[in-house]
Amino acid sequence: MSKRDLLLEIGLEEMPARYVTSSMVQLAEKIEKWLTDKSIDFGAVQLFSTPRRLAVRIKDTAEAQNDINEEAKGPARKIAQDENGNWSKAALGFTRGQGVSVDDIYFKEVGGIEYVYVDKFIKGQPTISLLPELKDIITGMSFPKNMRWANQDLRYIRPIKWIIALFGDDVIPFGITHVSSGNETRGHRFLGRDAVIKTPEQYESVLLEQFVVADPEKRRNMILSGIEKLEKDQDWAIPVDEDLLEEVNNLVEYPTVLFGRFEEEFLQLPQEVLITSMKEHQRYFPVKDRDGNLLPFFVTVRNGDDRYLEKVSKGNEKVLRARLSDASFFYKEDQKRDIGTTLKKLDNIVYHEEIGTLAEKTIRVQKLTGELSSALRLNENEAKITARAAKIAKFDLVTHMVYEFPELQGYMGEKYALLMGEPKEVAAAINEHYMPRHADDSIPPSDPGAILSVAEKMDTIVAFFAIGVIPTGSQDPYALRRQASGIVQILAEKKWDITLEEIIAASLEEIEARGILKRDRTETLADLVQFFKARVKHLLNEMGIRYDLIDSILENQIGNVASLAERAAVLDAKKQMAGFKESLEALSRVMNIAVKCENKADVSPSLFENESEAALYDKYQSVLTDYRTASNETDKFELLVSMKTEIENYFEHTMVMAEDQKLRSNRLSLMKEISELINGFAAMNKILVS
Amino acid sequence: MNIQNMILTLQKHWSDHGCILMNAYDTEKGAGTMSPYTFLRAIGPEPWNVAYVEPSRRPADGRYGENPNRLYQHHQFQVIMKPSPDNIQEIYLDSLRALGIEPLEHDIRFVEDNWENPSLGCAGLGWEVWLDGMEITQFTYFQQVGGLDCKPVSVEITYGIERLASYIQEKENVFDLEWTEGFTVRDIFLQPEYEHSKYTFETSDLDMLFQLFNMYEKEAHRQMEEGLVHPAYDYVLKCSHTFNLLDAKGAISVTERTGYIARCRNLARKVAKTFYEEREKMGFPILKQKGEAINEQA
Repeated sequence: MSKRDLLLEIGLEEMPARYVTSSMVQLAEKIEKWLTDKSIDFGAVQLFSTPRRLAVRIKDTAEAQNDINEEAKGPARKIAQDENGNWSKAALGFTRGQGVSVDDIYFKEVGGIEYVYVDKFIKGQPTISLLPELKDIITGMSFPKNMRWANQDLRYIRPIKWIIALFGDDVIPFGITHVSSGNETRGHRFLGRDAVIKTPEQYESVLLEQFVVADPEKRRNMILSGIEKLEKDQDWAIPVDEDLLEEVNNLVEYPTVLFGRFEEEFLQLPQEVLITSMKEHQRYFPVKDRDGNLLPFFVTVRNGDDRYLEKVSKGNEKVLRARLSDASFFYKEDQKRDIGTTLKKLDNIVYHEEIGTLAEKTIRVQKLTGELSSALRLNENEAKITARAAKIAKFDLVTHMVYEFPELQGYMGEKYALLMGEPKEVAAAINEHYMPRHADDSIPPSDPGAILSVAEKMDTIVAFFAIGVIPTGSQDPYALRRQASGIVQILAEKKWDITLEEIIAASLEEIEARGILKRDRTETLADLVQFFKARVKHLLNEMGIRYDLIDSILENQIGNVASLAERAAVLDAKKQMAGFKESLEALSRVMNIAVKCENKADVSPSLFENESEAALYDKYQSVLTDYRTASNETDKFELLVSMKTEIENYFEHTMVMAEDQKLRSNRLSLMKEISELINGFAAMNKILVS
Repeated sequence: MNIQNMILTLQKHWSDHGCILMNAYDTEKGAGTMSPYTFLRAIGPEPWNVAYVEPSRRPADGRYGENPNRLYQHHQFQVIMKPSPDNIQEIYLDSLRALGIEPLEHDIRFVEDNWENPSLGCAGLGWEVWLDGMEITQFTYFQQVGGLDCKPVSVEITYGIERLASYIQEKENVFDLEWTEGFTVRDIFLQPEYEHSKYTFETSDLDMLFQLFNMYEKEAHRQMEEGLVHPAYDYVLKCSHTFNLLDAKGAISVTERTGYIARCRNLARKVAKTFYEEREKMGFPILKQKGEAINEQA
């Protein structure tokens, strides 16, 4: 069958850069799905996008849908025909429904019963007659943020300006809002003009003549080679931040890389201030020398050609100069106030209406930090550092610099604390207490930083749970999940001797004492434990632990996160080993029957009736002693498994559910004791064995 | 080009595109959006095209005339077109050409920026327009005003006059800008900048301001009950400015702050609703008058 290329381009006013790529992909997926659903064959799918357009070209799209040849099954023969062979209403209805006549009927036996069948043939429709449905694909796009414009009812990412819909050289006719589809596109806003795309093949080349590089990958390469050329010509190193490159790439239709300079005196500002001013505010790439030192230059990407570059560069320099002058002014002003004076301002900053001010938060975090410090038996010096850091951790939030550059919180805290004579460990802890800042970030290197980080995050999470703000689905406005994951990550790596439940309880107590708890205490606690379990589960998932092993580990309390993770790793390592299945079965038998124990009492050896009972009991006693002093989780696992023979013997010779009530409850008590020991490692009976 | 000529140029340009040229509204306000020519007229179905210069007061930005970039009072050139014209971006870019900014010689981009003014119950989507990396214009499609959905949608274009002038005149300090031949911003505005800053941060009478806020608020409610939207709205503006004065002096504690903003927002919402109802009672007169033109566009 003959084929044609299909082209769809949606022309828009400038879309938000961050949504361009995902919208382009969405459009392509929707068209592919539509073609597949319609049984229209197609070839390669090519995606294009710029700030002003989303486009998809489908190569070799079939002229028509595939024909459909299928058997249709109707009623049973005895319903379809009377004894004289006359067709019943049911048979007539069936054939009518299938668009055939009773003459086409044949019979086939299914499960001993004869049924009516017909062959159905549906001729595929010409693709061009179906393509106006593309309209619904366009209007059916979903975007993170939509808007209306003029008199239109449609809500869309930005106003639609033009639509190209071509099947070969035929325009597919439809209209959306006041825009009718056609074959005319628009070029670069200033360098190009409107242009006709006669066939889909011409799409890229016609646009290129109009200074639009439609393929984002090609634009990206133009930017990268522009940067490389500068690096070579100037002997610079220009680190390319992927997110920034992606954003810049989606702000331009025809990129030209250029550079500008700023006054060397600004290099005295903290590096992060310079980098943030350039990257976050201006979307510039900072420039370094080959040794990694920041240079007084920046690189930017213009949406246009290489004419008048000097003018553009001069304009950009002026903007950056104003920003850096501001930053210098803030830097000087902030240093005029000591930490104590600055801290007083925290009284006036509401953290959350129902949770109180930042000053109040600081007091709670100080308390929790103190408790953690003593629980972890920090030495006097470390405890002092931690306490001081907890007290001043938030002071930079009320400096001019952080007010202007919120992303520099913590970083400026460290800088200013050092300038104001704080010990360097205290200064470091201020910055570290925001770590891990994102999923790939590392945990605070120092103990004071880590303790403060855990306390600060825990206070935030518990406070929000206390007022009923609990993340659900995609709703997590205060990033509580990320913070909980941060705590879990710190506990897993630091291997402190403390349980997660203890930290939650300590924080909740403080929150309750301050009158923030607005819900039932038990319920809040249960929600918190559940919430943290989900984060731990996430961690174990990332470690590649099998899901049933994770469930078995998380069946009970979370406890010490590091040892929990280690237990999971041990199970994961052992699961393929010979004998694992048998050991697990033995341990599971104990656990399963122990459920029936209603009143656990001390086990009385005098009630033992056979050798296997005494043998298991003795074995359990010795395992218990060793288990308590075992230095690692592998040893603990081996100890549990070492009871296998005794357990098997026991069950072979002992009827746990004996008639005699005394015997039965003594046996169940033993089962319960052993079960509790096993359970402390993992709910082994939840593990799947094949 | 001096500021006076910039304003004349923009006025000519937008007038040529069908805007009514208005003058600044005579009540203190923090932004051109708060003028009744924008806030009220963006509400309801009646068409509205207008352009005006709005002196905007931001007490907290007062710097005694010592900071080269920040002002107690700056000027915005404000354009509102309802419904938003199909070629509004092109009309805007032509206004830059009229100011002598030839796009081919610069880097002009539309960078996403969504605008929200919670104290007026307003929200919109659009861009900041970047000229060689500098934000020179706020470009917004209003989605909600005073808590009411905008239908049709107005487009708001706000040029920062001093910002744009500092680029055109290549000046680092806002006070060096030429307003008209022989007069700089310094000549005209330095003294008021200093005095208003001193007033805001040092000599204002807080008790009086608190009292005024309450009086203005009460009067706004009372006039709304009479169905007198415009007098009521004047008092909303006075409330807002009085709040800004109190806030700049740090006189409003954090807990109270949320309360005051909510009070302004409630007033603004009520005014918006009343305005709509009053226009409806009148049968949306401008819509009737221009009905045909609208239908042609739709």
